[in-house]
Amino acid sequence: MTSVQRRKIEGTIALTLSTLAAFMGLFWLVFILGDVLVHGMKSLNLSLFISDPAPPGAAGGGLRNAFVGQLLITICATLVGVPMGVLGGTFLAEYARGRKIARMISILADIMVSVPSIVIGTFIYAVLVKPLGHFNGWAGSIALSIIMIPVVLRTTEDMLSLVPWTLREAAFALGAPYYKVITQVVYRGAATGILTGILLSIARVAGETAPLLFTSFNNSFFSLNMNQPISSLTVTIFQYAMGPYDSWHEQAWAAAFVITIFILIITMLGRLMIRWRYR
Amino acid sequence: MNGTTEIEVRGLNFYYSGNIHALKQINLTVQKNSVTALIGPSGCGKTTLLRCFNRMHDLYPRNRYEGEILFQGNNILSKDVDVIDLRSRVGMVFQKPTPFPMSIFDNIAYGVKLKGIKKRSDLSERVERALVHAVLWDEVKDKLNASAYDLSGGQQQRLVIARALAVNPEVLLFDEPTSALDPISTGKIEELAAKLKKEVTIIIVTHNMQQAARISDWTGFMMLGELIEFDGTNKIFTAPSEKLTEDYVTGRFG
Repeated sequence: MTSVQRRKIEGTIALTLSTLAAFMGLFWLVFILGDVLVHGMKSLNLSLFISDPAPPGAAGGGLRNAFVGQLLITICATLVGVPMGVLGGTFLAEYARGRKIARMISILADIMVSVPSIVIGTFIYAVLVKPLGHFNGWAGSIALSIIMIPVVLRTTEDMLSLVPWTLREAAFALGAPYYKVITQVVYRGAATGILTGILLSIARVAGETAPLLFTSFNNSFFSLNMNQPISSLTVTIFQYAMGPYDSWHEQAWAAAFVITIFILIITMLGRLMIRWRYR
Repeated sequence: MNGTTEIEVRGLNFYYSGNIHALKQINLTVQKNSVTALIGPSGCGKTTLLRCFNRMHDLYPRNRYEGEILFQGNNILSKDVDVIDLRSRVGMVFQKPTPFPMSIFDNIAYGVKLKGIKKRSDLSERVERALVHAVLWDEVKDKLNASAYDLSGGQQQRLVIARALAVNPEVLLFDEPTSALDPISTGKIEELAAKLKKEVTIIIVTHNMQQAARISDWTGFMMLGELIEFDGTNKIFTAPSEKLTEDYVTGRFG
């Protein structure tokens, strides 16, 4: 066998294996999404969005409480997590640039990104639920924001580091103080990148269940009170899917469908911004 | 060519990160409303010297100056000098064009706004004046709100010069401003420099000796951190006193 023939065979094998692996991955993805789509669409109806849960076992009712609760928790988490992440990333990329402490915090943040979210949930349970004596919405938001912070922080740091140094020097050379250089020039250069990171971090926490299970828990009634347990889509999906009623299962499918679409839209927005950035 | 002294460098030594001795005992005088060129082989310290005039080195830790740079009689290396004020009086143009990620108008207005001028009509006036000055107005007057990144490299460099001019500096530092540009854009920048010296004092670092010969009144030749010779440009290029200078300008090394 000549070496050319051998290389051709090797190439074919590599191609076949990687194609199979790709299809294997895609198969499950399409399976799961397809399942959610088919079941979710079937149970989707208007009352899902405008009415609160019916008594267990009874037909009808909706998940208005969970939609609103999820929105509240996610918005509060974003309001806490995004500023902390962006400012922290700014510290690392600008003020502490090149220092050992910056490197250390970066590595810690990378570790934080991969900490199982249930660990964060139980931690918040210990500091914000147990001492207060009851589950509450704030604890859920804080837990989610803790998941967001390292994600936003690292993207911010990376995006700021991509802004060329000469651009900062040019601003300095015009007599700008450092904070103005950062807020008026560097942030502009990195804006789409940072925004993409923020969107992706929202998408990430919107699908979290474990941290909410230990913190905001669930509430069968419509509530806007963040001091009390508050319902969320993910915890509701968990509870309804485990429950004994068919109507619960159907609503869980519908909720899964809605949250998947929500995350899909946010992720697509993020992707779109990346493409826009490199236009 | 005896004008008023704008900048006087006395016994300047500069150290990078605490111990790398990059400039050694530099003495030179820059005349007001003249173009002074700094030439020399790569790594000779000409850019380092240029960046002393607006204290750009302060941005990085553990850089250290010794000696004096008198700008209109005041030592700008002393601790109590406000570098922000200094940099608004001593502008700088870099090797690669550095437009900010904003519109053409906002780019020029940036430095003006830093000085506290916020009124739209004042800003418009300053922006137009700076762009006319930098011979860019006719090319961009209809698209002031377009992104500065849409301009060509040569236009961007003139935009950056206009941005520096908009804050009414007294001195302009050019750090190899044409090394990233094509010959036509280079010609425009050179003409511009010659024209601008009526209002500002220009110090230019260049790798291109013909450029130094074409546009400058005074030339300093540097090597290994030392200023070997400083004299009128004609003298440096036709009858230098130092053998090293002669070897360099005739292309024997460098």
